[in-house]
Amino acid sequence: MAELVARTPCAGLLPIAGGGVRVTEVDPGPMTAIAPFRGKEKTLAGALKRAHGVGWPAPGQSEASGDLRILWFGHSHALLTGVAPKPTLANHAALTDQGDAWAVVQVEGAGTRDVLARLTPLDLRDGAFPVGACARSEVQHMQAAILRVAGDAYRVMVFRSMARTLVHDLQVAMRGVAARG
Amino acid sequence: MRLDKPGQIDRTQPLSFTFDGREYSGFAGDTLASALIASNVRVVGRSFKYHRPRGVFTAGSEEPNALVTIGQGAAAEPNLRATTSELCEGLVARSQNRWPSLDYDLLALNDLFAPFLGAGFYYKTFMWPAKLWERLYEPFIRRAAGLGALSGAPNADHYEKAYAHCDLLVIGAGPAGLMAALAAGRAGLDVILADEDVRTGGRLNAERIEVDGRPGADWAETVTDELRGMGNVRIMTRTTVTGAYDGGTYGALERLSPEVAARTGAPRECFWRIATRRAILAAGALERPVAFRNNDRPGVMMAGALRAYVNRWAVSPGKTVTVFGNTDDAHRTAADLLAAGVHVAALIDARPEAGTDLPVRFYAGAQVVNAHGRGGLEAISIATLSGIDKVQTDCLAMSGGWNPTLHLTCHMNGRPDWSPALAAFVSRDGAVPGLLTAGACRGDFSTHGCLAGGLAAAKAVLKDLGKRARATDLPVAEDAPYRISPLWAVPGKGRAWLDFQNDVTVKDVKLAATENYSSVEHMKRYTTQGMAPDQGKNSNVNALAVLADATGRGIPETGTTTYRPPYVPVPIAALGAGAQGAGFAPQRFTTSHDLSVEMGAPMVEAGLWYRPGWFPREGEKTWRQSCDREVGMVREAVGVCDVSTLGKIDVQGPDAPAFLDLLYTNMFSTLKVGRARYGLMLREDGHVMDDGTTARLGAHHYLMTTTTAAAGQVMKHMEFVHQCLAPQMDVSFISVTEQWAQFAVAGPKSRDLLNGILDDPVDGDSFPFMACGAVSVMGVAGRLFRISFSGEHAYEVAVPARYGDSLFRLLVDRAGELGGGAYGMEALNVLRIEKGFITHAEIHGRTTAFDIGMERMVSAKKDCIGKAMAARPGLSGPDREQLVGLVPTGAVKKLTAGAHLFDAGAEAVRKNDQGYITSAAFSPTLGHFMALGFLKDGRARHGEEIRMVDHVRQIEARCRVVDPVFFDPEGGRARG
Repeated sequence: MAELVARTPCAGLLPIAGGGVRVTEVDPGPMTAIAPFRGKEKTLAGALKRAHGVGWPAPGQSEASGDLRILWFGHSHALLTGVAPKPTLANHAALTDQGDAWAVVQVEGAGTRDVLARLTPLDLRDGAFPVGACARSEVQHMQAAILRVAGDAYRVMVFRSMARTLVHDLQVAMRGVAARG
Repeated sequence: MRLDKPGQIDRTQPLSFTFDGREYSGFAGDTLASALIASNVRVVGRSFKYHRPRGVFTAGSEEPNALVTIGQGAAAEPNLRATTSELCEGLVARSQNRWPSLDYDLLALNDLFAPFLGAGFYYKTFMWPAKLWERLYEPFIRRAAGLGALSGAPNADHYEKAYAHCDLLVIGAGPAGLMAALAAGRAGLDVILADEDVRTGGRLNAERIEVDGRPGADWAETVTDELRGMGNVRIMTRTTVTGAYDGGTYGALERLSPEVAARTGAPRECFWRIATRRAILAAGALERPVAFRNNDRPGVMMAGALRAYVNRWAVSPGKTVTVFGNTDDAHRTAADLLAAGVHVAALIDARPEAGTDLPVRFYAGAQVVNAHGRGGLEAISIATLSGIDKVQTDCLAMSGGWNPTLHLTCHMNGRPDWSPALAAFVSRDGAVPGLLTAGACRGDFSTHGCLAGGLAAAKAVLKDLGKRARATDLPVAEDAPYRISPLWAVPGKGRAWLDFQNDVTVKDVKLAATENYSSVEHMKRYTTQGMAPDQGKNSNVNALAVLADATGRGIPETGTTTYRPPYVPVPIAALGAGAQGAGFAPQRFTTSHDLSVEMGAPMVEAGLWYRPGWFPREGEKTWRQSCDREVGMVREAVGVCDVSTLGKIDVQGPDAPAFLDLLYTNMFSTLKVGRARYGLMLREDGHVMDDGTTARLGAHHYLMTTTTAAAGQVMKHMEFVHQCLAPQMDVSFISVTEQWAQFAVAGPKSRDLLNGILDDPVDGDSFPFMACGAVSVMGVAGRLFRISFSGEHAYEVAVPARYGDSLFRLLVDRAGELGGGAYGMEALNVLRIEKGFITHAEIHGRTTAFDIGMERMVSAKKDCIGKAMAARPGLSGPDREQLVGLVPTGAVKKLTAGAHLFDAGAEAVRKNDQGYITSAAFSPTLGHFMALGFLKDGRARHGEEIRMVDHVRQIEARCRVVDPVFFDPEGGRARG
C-alpha cells in the first residue's frame, strides 16, 4: 500500500550560504500554540513547569530545557516546540497544533546580523536581543518570528507557504552583504 | 586645469570617462565635477527654464547646475550631481536639458524671451482655453523646462534597504562630528557616524587649516583610524541622513562606491532607517551666493567650493581668478589660490572697513555688478566709489556668508531663529527630541568652535544617558571670529539669479511681492524658488531676504519656508527596495503547487496565493475546453481541488459557542459536535463581511472557515470583537490555515475515491451531508468534512501540510482512474455559479444579507454583530438590488461580469440603471451562458426579460431573470 510522504517547508530550497552566513532548515519537532483560558495563567504556568520543566515565557523571551523550548508568541500566546504537550495542559489552555504551519530556518555565521538588518527592523544588538530573546516582527514583507539561539545564530520563522519568499529574501540580502566584502 | 600640487587624488590611478560622448580622464579620488574642471570643461548643463549655459557651482550635494545623467540604457540615472558622483573607470555621463547639444541648445531661445517669461508667466498665459492645458500647454512646458529623463525601461539595478540601531547617531564627520564620535565612542556608546562624503573630515579636506599643529585632514584621518578600531563605532561614509522622524528614527541614503556597486548582487544604493537614542547634528554649513547681474555665468562659483577644488582635488576652474565676498572667507580663498600658484586678478570685499596684506589687487567696499561672457566668464564689472572697473577673469569665487545646515532640526515642525550677528538662521534647541547640534550647523564657524562644540555635545549626551565621559583633549585649532556684513543682492539692472536650478531671479521675487504674494510660502510657489531638486539650499535665505526688502519687513518677520525631508533626493527604488516585481508582496504557495505546475496549470494570483486556473490536457487548445471538461468531470465522476488557501481559524474555550453566535448571523451554539454549518458574518455596519462553513470539533472547539480573500480581515475582526466588544468571553483563537493541506473531493465518485485512502471507509450513515470528524488517511491523522461548493456529493479532506504534496499526487492519480482528475479555479467558479453560491464577487462590501437572499439566516433568537445596523431603513426592501440569476434569450448568447442591467425598452444610460452582473460563465452542464447579478427588486422579477449592456466590452444581450440556483435547486446531489 502506498503511503503519504512528508515534505518539509524548505525542501529543495536550503541550505544556502554567502556573505558570511549559512541558512539551513530546522526541524523543531512538534510545535503547539498554547493560549491560557481566562484566569488560568497561573495554574498553566505551574502545569507547564511540572509537565515540561519550563515556565510561561515573559514577553519577548523564550525558555528552554534540553531540546524543548517555549517561545513568547504574542499576546497570551506561547509556542511550545520540541515536544508534544502533555494532555494535562488542555485543562488550562487551548492547545493548537502548529507543527506544519511554519517554515523554520536557522541563519548563522559572522554576517548574520548584517543580513538580518536588511530584512527586519528589530534591534538585534546584544543588549536589546540577547540569546533566548524572541520577537514577532517582520522579515521584509512577511510576518515572522525571530529567536536568537546563540551568539551568531538566529532562528527565523515564517508561514509555511512563504518559505520560498523567505529564502529568496535571505538570498538577496546575503548577496548584498557579500558584495560589500 | 589640474594644478601641480598634491591633493586627495591618486595620480597613479588614472581613470577615463566620457561626457557627452567625448573622452576625458581624471584620477582616483576625483568627482565627476573635479575631473571635468581638470579637463577645462566649463559648461556642464543648461538651466531649467531659460536654457542658459551653466558650470559647476559647488562641491557638494547642494549643487544646482551640474546635474547629469550617468549610465546607459535602463541603468541610466538622471539628475545626479556631478559634484558628488565619484569618478570611476569607464563612467558615461551626459548633460541634460539641452537639444540638440550642450553647445547649441535651440531652446536657449527662451532666454531671449526672458522678459515675457517671468514668474507666473504660465499661470497668466496658458489659462485659456482650459482644455488645451492638458493636451498642449503642459506637455510643451514640460519638454521645454525640464531635468533629465528616465529611460522608460524597467530598472535593472539592485537597491537595498536596511535598519540600524545605535545609542548615538552623529550626522556629519567634520571636526565637530569627529570630535563628538570620538568622545562618545571612547565612553562606550554604540555610535554611528554618518557623512555624505566618501571620506571623513568635512571642511578639513577642503581647507588649509591645521589641527594640533598638523594638516586638518591628517588629524581627521588619525581620529577616523581610532574610531575604526572601536567595536562600538560604525562609520558610514557616502551616507546622507535625509530626514528626522518620530521616536529617534532617521532616514539615510547610502551610495555604494562605484567599484562595490559594480559587483554581482551589490546594490547601487541602500536606504537606511536608523533608530537611535540620541543624535548630534554636525552637518556644517552651506555657503550662499550673492545675487548680481549674470551671476549664473559658467565660471562663477562658490568660494568655499573653489577652495575645495584647489586644495582637495588640485584643480582650478580658472587661470585668472577673482574673489568676491563679504566675510574673511574671501581673503582665505585668495590666499589659498596664491599658495597654489593660481593668479588672482582681484579681491573684492563688500565691507568698506576691510583690508588685506595679500599681494593682490584689492577692492574694499566694492561690489561685483555684472559678469560678462556668454559661454563662460570672461570679465566682471566692479562698482567702486569712483566708478565701474572691468577686470578680465575666467573664474569668480563668491561668498555671501554661510547658512548653518539646520534642515534636520526643522523636520518635526521646528522653526529656526534669525541671528543678526551671523546674518543667518540658526536652529532652536530641542526642535527634534533627542537631537543636539554642534559646530557650524549651530553657528560656530571656527575650527576651534566646531571641535569644542562636538566635544560638548557628546559630553551632554553621555551625561544624559548616564555614561561617564573618558578624558578627551580638545585639539588646538584656529578660532577666527566671523565678521559679516550682509549682502544679498547687488542693486542694478538685468537679471540676478537667486535660484539657479529653477531660474528664479531677484526680479521674480520682487514681482511676486508686487503682485501681493508677500508671504514667503506664496512667493515660493509663485516663483518656484526652492522647489528644484536642491530644495532651495543655495537660494532660500537670499530669496526671503530679497522678499523682506521688497515688502519692507525684517527677515525674522518674513520667516522661512518649511524644511522638509528628504535632505537630498532619494530614489523611489531605494525607498521601495526589494519590492520590485515579484518582491512587491510575499508569494504564498500551496503544497500542491509543484504538481500543478508539472501538470501545466497556469497559476493565477488569489490574494498572495497562487492557484491553478485549469489543468490542460493533450488536445485542449483553449482554457474553455479544459474548464468545460473539468466541470463535466466533477458532475459525472470526481474532481480534486486544493482548497488550502481558505482561511481556517481554530476557536476554543468555554465561550466559543457564544462567541460564534455573536460573530455569525446564524446559530452555532446549537450545532452538534461532528457537524458543520454554513455561516454568514456581517460587518458592524450591517453589510455582509464573509461567509464559510464552521465545524464543531468538540463542545468548546470549532474550526471556522473563511474565504481566501477575507481570511486576514476576519481574523482582525475577531480580535476586535474579542478585545473590544466581548472581552468577558473566555475564548481563544488562532489561524491554522498553514497547518493543514485541504483538498476538495467532489463528484458522484468522491466517496469511492476517499474510501481508497481512508483507513476506515465512510458511508452515508457515518458521514452524512455536513458531517465532520477526525479520520485516518493512510495512517496520518486527518480531518474530513462533508461539504460541497460544487453542489455534488463532496468532501474536503485535510492532512497536516507536510503530507499535502503527497496526498494531492495520490488523489489526482486515483481520481484519474475513476474518470476524473484535478480541477482549477475556472471550473470551481463555473460549478459554484451553476449552484448560485456566492463569493466576494457578490459579497463585495456593499451588499446586505437581504440583498443576497439570506435575510432569514439572521437569527431572530439572538443578537449578532451587524444585526441592528442591517435593520436600518434602506438596507432591505424592493428598492434594493437583489441577487438574481440571468440567462441569455436573444441572439447574443454571451453574458459578461461587470455589465449593467436595464429594462427591456429603456435606454442604456446611468439614470435607467437597474443593476449589474457580478459573475458570469458558460455552463457546460446547461449548455449556455449564465450569470449572477444584482437587480432592483430582482426577486419579484423572475421571468422578466431585461437588457444587459456591457459598455466597456461593447456587448449587449437580452436576458431573462431567473432564480440564482441554475442547477439541482433541490440539492439532492449533494445530500445523496
